[in-house]
Order: sequence, then structure tokens, then C-alpha cells
Amino acid sequence: MMSQKKIKPEHEPVPPVLALEGVTKTFPGVKALSDIKLELFPGQVTALVGENGAGKSTVVKILTGIYHPNSGSILLNGIPTTFRTPQSASDAGITAIHQETVLFDELSVAENIFLGHAPRGRFGLIDWPEMESRAAEILMSIGAEISPSTKLSDLGIANKHLVAISRALSIDAQVVIMDEPTASLSHKEIEELYELIEKLKTQGKSILFISHKFDEIFRIADRYTVFRDGQLIGEGLIDDVGEAELVKMMVGRDVDQIFPKRSSDVGKTVLSVEDYCHPTEFADIEFNLHKGEILGFYGLVGAGRSELMQALFGITKPSSGIVQIDGIGVSIMSPAEAVANGIVYVPEDRGKQGAITDLPIFQNITLPSLGRTSKNGLLRLAEEFKLAREYTQRLDLRAASLDTNVGNLSGGNQQKVVIAKWLATQPKVIILDEPTKGIDIGSKAAVHEFMAELASQGLAVIMVSSEIPEILGMSDRVIVMRDGRMVAELTGNDLSPEILVRYAAGINEEGCEHAC
Amino acid sequence: MLKNILASREALLMGAIIVLLGLVATRFPSFITPENLASVFNDTSPLILLAIGQMIVILTKCIDLSVAANLALTGMVVAMINVVAPDVPVVVIIIVAIGLGTLMGAFNGILVWKLDIPPIVVTLGTMTIFRGIIFLISDGKWVNSHEMTDAFKAFPRAEFFGVPTMSWTAIFVLITFTIVMTRTTMGRSFYAVGGNPHAATYTGINVGKSQFLAFTISGALAGLTGYLWVSRYAVAYVDIAGGFELDVVAACVIGGVSIAGGIGSVGGAVLGALFLGVIKNALPVINVSPFWQLAISGTAIIIAVAFNARANRDKGRIILKSAEQAQ
Repeated sequence: MMSQKKIKPEHEPVPPVLALEGVTKTFPGVKALSDIKLELFPGQVTALVGENGAGKSTVVKILTGIYHPNSGSILLNGIPTTFRTPQSASDAGITAIHQETVLFDELSVAENIFLGHAPRGRFGLIDWPEMESRAAEILMSIGAEISPSTKLSDLGIANKHLVAISRALSIDAQVVIMDEPTASLSHKEIEELYELIEKLKTQGKSILFISHKFDEIFRIADRYTVFRDGQLIGEGLIDDVGEAELVKMMVGRDVDQIFPKRSSDVGKTVLSVEDYCHPTEFADIEFNLHKGEILGFYGLVGAGRSELMQALFGITKPSSGIVQIDGIGVSIMSPAEAVANGIVYVPEDRGKQGAITDLPIFQNITLPSLGRTSKNGLLRLAEEFKLAREYTQRLDLRAASLDTNVGNLSGGNQQKVVIAKWLATQPKVIILDEPTKGIDIGSKAAVHEFMAELASQGLAVIMVSSEIPEILGMSDRVIVMRDGRMVAELTGNDLSPEILVRYAAGINEEGCEHAC
Repeated sequence: MLKNILASREALLMGAIIVLLGLVATRFPSFITPENLASVFNDTSPLILLAIGQMIVILTKCIDLSVAANLALTGMVVAMINVVAPDVPVVVIIIVAIGLGTLMGAFNGILVWKLDIPPIVVTLGTMTIFRGIIFLISDGKWVNSHEMTDAFKAFPRAEFFGVPTMSWTAIFVLITFTIVMTRTTMGRSFYAVGGNPHAATYTGINVGKSQFLAFTISGALAGLTGYLWVSRYAVAYVDIAGGFELDVVAACVIGGVSIAGGIGSVGGAVLGALFLGVIKNALPVINVSPFWQLAISGTAIIIAVAFNARANRDKGRIILKSAEQAQ
């Protein structure tokens, strides 16, 4: 199916500017990339597509000299090369613009663009007029109406992106890597970014575009490369492929992980949420959660899932909405009130938000339950140890002593301490935000098993996860969120990787609805 | 367990104090008679009282630089009350002193909690304000011994079982706050707030309120010490205890309180204060010049901090199961 939609930049024998050939990268216990191939051509946008954990960011890190491949070669204009340091990648004309731009708020635009390679005048001092005029030139070339002397903190996020791109151009980059560049941009800003990408193409730059959003990929990319589990699954011209095909390449695999079997007989409604809105982060959320149920929340990063959970837990304040627990309306204004109402939250960033590493295990566990371990206002150590021992045993947490500081435990065990802390409050609803992120496969299985056990004991579980196998393997029901709204509620046969990705990425299939 | 206790900071500091006393005794044996040690403790009591309050504040990732100014203002106010109304009983004077100090501490706390101003800025500001107020209310004049009533001056010197009230106050506060910090929900939350404010928030602890409470406690102790100081030395003027806040912070740091928050104990702060107290009292009797005293105190601070930094150095992530078991 050769479509004629686009004029292909087809001087086919044009050699790639940058290519990875047979690159393999292993980390202890994990094969992140296995014999992959990636080619970037001048004046073309190559979309890199894959699920979380497919190896996209590892590729970016190899291209920018942060990681070094175990085997295989990097070819720059056909010549094998190695990037010892990020500096040598940058010298070779490869630059990356990350999701959250790494710039300096208190410096001027020109300084940000030329930091580290500012034009020098006499005595090696910075040649300010030269720097500002060159910055103005670059900004003009991409159509950015920003004065080089503006302080960066005075710019909006979109203009900051333009500065980041100008910085990339200032080192005369041949290859520009954009890692989810639209994640934090508004609709209008995204349009401007597209225009800019077109401009870069005409200048012969080669662009690697990483995105989860299919509309963007089909809009801007010339070529695609699909990775799955660290392997190259497919590549080619974007015009030769359809959305469905791409989704299939991305997720189509046998679910090789084994998830605990459980009977999904759910009980009465524990938590019900209606018309739940937040001024900036989410809107119109409505769902019920039942006793003994695991409710999965799927969506892309930034879809508003964690923000919703944080509002339910009282960290942020919603603007409107009704929350009922066991049929009784509650107003949760602080985490303490959430805990008192039986809702607990295990945050995604456990290191920062979960455990208090300077305190021993038992004190971490009893922290929200001190009311129960004290008598006449005084804490009773024996009671604290009893409570801590009960829940560490339930979670099979093995440590030399409950006196050990949590900072001395491994990541998986720290996770167990945080969960034990919440179970000790005897909650009705437990919210787990990315419960297996960053932990090894063995521990993952243990967390899954444990989650199933919690549900079978009658706890209502909300699981926020970006991993499709986990969502499919664990949830009784899945709510998909996109851009702060619920876009689908799926059960049973509707639960397939393709459908999840379609809803999360906003692939337009409601087109019919609008037309009808 | 025993090994842990022996290796604890408190035990090490105790050891250092004993070594110091031993060294002094070789030059001046009568320094370590029980009477003299009791008098060193009595002299150090104000520092102990303030260090306990400061330790709680530092534990919550804050600092209170206004303690000495709080002490001086409270001292001046109660001295002036005593001059104008000599009939007011000492008990009332003490309650007024604690109340006034509490108010000043709470003022610091409110600024930190509700306005989110960095504690060092807040207390640097209130330190100057409090000193300024002393000048305004006293016109820069001194309140001297002969203007104060005998009852006002007698309280800190009154002895029970041969120990002056001043020392008893320090001992009482030491015991009370040891219990508060180890055995109450409030005490535990101070550790949680300083150890990891994010996690504390996610656990349902109000971080700002805990910091407010810490400042209030520090203020209350400063107020109490204000009366004790002025009545013991029988004089009140604008500059009393000038610069004393730095000694207080130093006592905490030497006592193993982590300036980054989350680590520290009442016992440690008290030992840190005693260490400074011994240096201050011992060096003059063995003819070491006051300038050396400063240098020695300073060295002690740096050694203590370096020592704590070593102990707290990030050991990196523990990945090996065997390494975790060995902890």
C-alpha cells in the first residue's frame, strides 16, 4: 500500500547520518537492548516507538554518550565511532532535548544558549555583543521572537523549549533527539513545535522523535522504528504503516509474566467519587470502588492519574466533587483526614515520599498509628514492636532487627516498610502508585502476589500503573485517563493491550461518533 | 544492642568529656571534686536549657537564632516588673517569663509555618527586633541588683539536697524532654518531619505545624532561662547573653544533632552543652587564655561535624542481599 499523501524525501541511497548497528546493552541481570539497529537520515524525522521499558531511553543515553554499548557499533556518517563522554557526543553534533528542559532560570537566554561554548574575545573573556548577536540569529532562524537578553525565568514553558532547541542548534547539531517534547506543551505550542521541526528538516537536520502519542507520530515523522523489550520489531516509512499495525508491533506479545490467579468476586461499594474536578489537573472523574476489587488506572505519564490520587489522599485540594466512603460523604482536606477515613496512599517516589530513612523500621511502621500504641499520651515501645512485628511478618520482611534504620534496607524492603506502615492503620482503600516501578522481576512477582492477597482479604485496591502487562494481569477493571479526564472504563473482553493503548494515546476512533 | 549503645554519639561525647576532665585534673586536681563539677553544671544550666529547645528546632530542619534575644527581652521585662511591682510573687514572675518566651517563639513559628519564610531569616529578624524592644522599654538603662527584690534574686540560688534550683530546673527539663522526644507522638513527629518532610506529609503529619511547635518550645525555654539568667546574675541590660545563640547552636552540633534535621537527642544536646561548659570553666583555671578557649571550642565544633558527616555518609544503595543482612 503505497500512499501518495506525502512527497517522500526519497533519494534512497542517502546514507544515514547516524546509525546504531547490532548494539547490545546489558545491565546486571537485565538485557536492556539486544542487537538493535537504528538509522537516522538527514532532513528526516524518525519516530522511536515503544512501551515503557522497551529500551528507548537506553538508546538516547547511548547516542548521547551517557551509556556505552557492550557490543555493536555507532556509525557517524558511516565511520565507526565511540562516544566516551556526553561531551564527545555533543562535539559530534548530537544533542538531546529532554522532556523537562535542563536550563538555568537565572541566566539570560543568550547565556543559556551559549553556556559552555560562549564566543571568546580578548583575554579569553566572554564576547557579549558577539554572543547576543549570534543568539539573536539562531532564535530568528527558528522563528522565535525572544530577545537574547531576556532572563529565562521570564519565559513560558514553550519558549523555554525554543531556547533549548536554539542551544542545540548553537553547537551546530546534525542530530537532534527530542524525548517526548510535547508532554508539557499546550495545543498551540505543539503546533509551533511542528513548524519548527519542519524548519529543522529543511536545514538538513536529522531528528529522532520519541513520543507515545500516535497523532503526533503520524503528523510529523517520516520514518518509524519500533522497539519492544529491547529488540527491534520493525522499521520503515511511516506512510507504509497504519496505526493498528504500529500498536500491534508495540504491544503484541504473549504475556510472559505470570500473575496470581484470583477469584474476582467483589463486594459492596467502598469508595465512590462523583463529579470530581481540580482547577488545573483533572476534571469530571467518576468511579466506584468495591470491596475486594483491584481497580487499575492506566494512562500515559502526565495523564493526571497520580494527581487524582493525591487529591483523594488530601495532598492537593479538588475544586469540586463528592467523595463517599461506605456511602457517607466525606471531605478530605489533609492526609491525616484521609488516613482517618481509611484511605492510604503508597506514593510512586518511595525514596522521597515514602520512608523516613533515619528512623528505624518499627518507628516508620507505627508513625501513622501512634494513637493505638500509646496510653495516657505516652508511647509504649512494646506495643510499637508488637505492631511492627505483626506487619513485617505479614509482608515477609526480613531484617536483622526492627531497630535497623530504614536507610540500611534494599529498595524492595523499603517498599515493604511503606506498605506495612499503611496496613497497620487498617485501611479500607489502599492506593498503590506504580507499585513495581524500579524493582526487579522477583520482587515484582512478590508485590503482585501480595496485592492479590490484600484484595482477597477485602481491601479495596487502586493500582496506578503504566505497565500494560501489570494492568492487564492484576486489575478487575481498568480506568484509562488521558489529559486529566477518564476516557474509558474497561472490563473483561475489552481488556486488551491494543484497546488500552488506543484510549491512552488518543487514537481517534471516535471519529465516527462525531460524524454520526 | 550493647555494642550500639557503646558506639553511640552520646557515649563518645561522654568519653570525650571524661578525657577532657582527666587532662584538666593532671594540672589542677581540685577541678574534678564533686562540688566543683556541680558548680560547672550549674553554670552550664542556661546553655543546657536553650540547647534542648534548639535541638528540637534543628531536628525539624529549622534554626532559632533568636533564643538569646528572647532570653534578654524576657529577662528585662521580668526585671522591670519586679522593680515596679515588688510584691508580685516569684511564681507569677516565672509564669510570665515562660508565657512571654512562648509568645516570641510562637511568633517565629507562625512566620515559618504560615508565611513560609526560611527560619534563618525569620529568627535573624526577630533576634534584632527583640533586642531593639529591650532598648525601647528600658531606654538603654540597666536594672541593677539593688533594684531587685531579694525573693526575685533568691530563687535560682535556693538549694535542695545541696543543689541549686537553677540546676534542678535543667535536670527537670532534661528529663521531661527526654520523655517528650522518645515517648510521645509529638516527639516522634519532630524526627519524622526533619528526617523526610515529604514522607511526613504523606504520612499525615503537618510539617509546618510541627515546626511551629518546635519554635514555641524553644521560645518557652528561652523565656524561662531569661528569668533564671537575670535573677542569678542580678542584672538586666540590652546586651545580656549577646552572641549566646551561637554557643547554643554549637552545643547542639557538638552533641550530634544533624544540622540537616532528623537526627539528634536531648541527651546529645545536653552533653554538647556540658562539653562547652567544661572548656569554658576549665581553661581559665589551668591558665589558658580566653582566645585559646574560642579556638578550642571552634575546633571541637569542626571535629564533631566532621565526625557526624562521616557517620552519616551515604552508603549508596544496598543491592546485595548479603550486605543488607550484615547491616
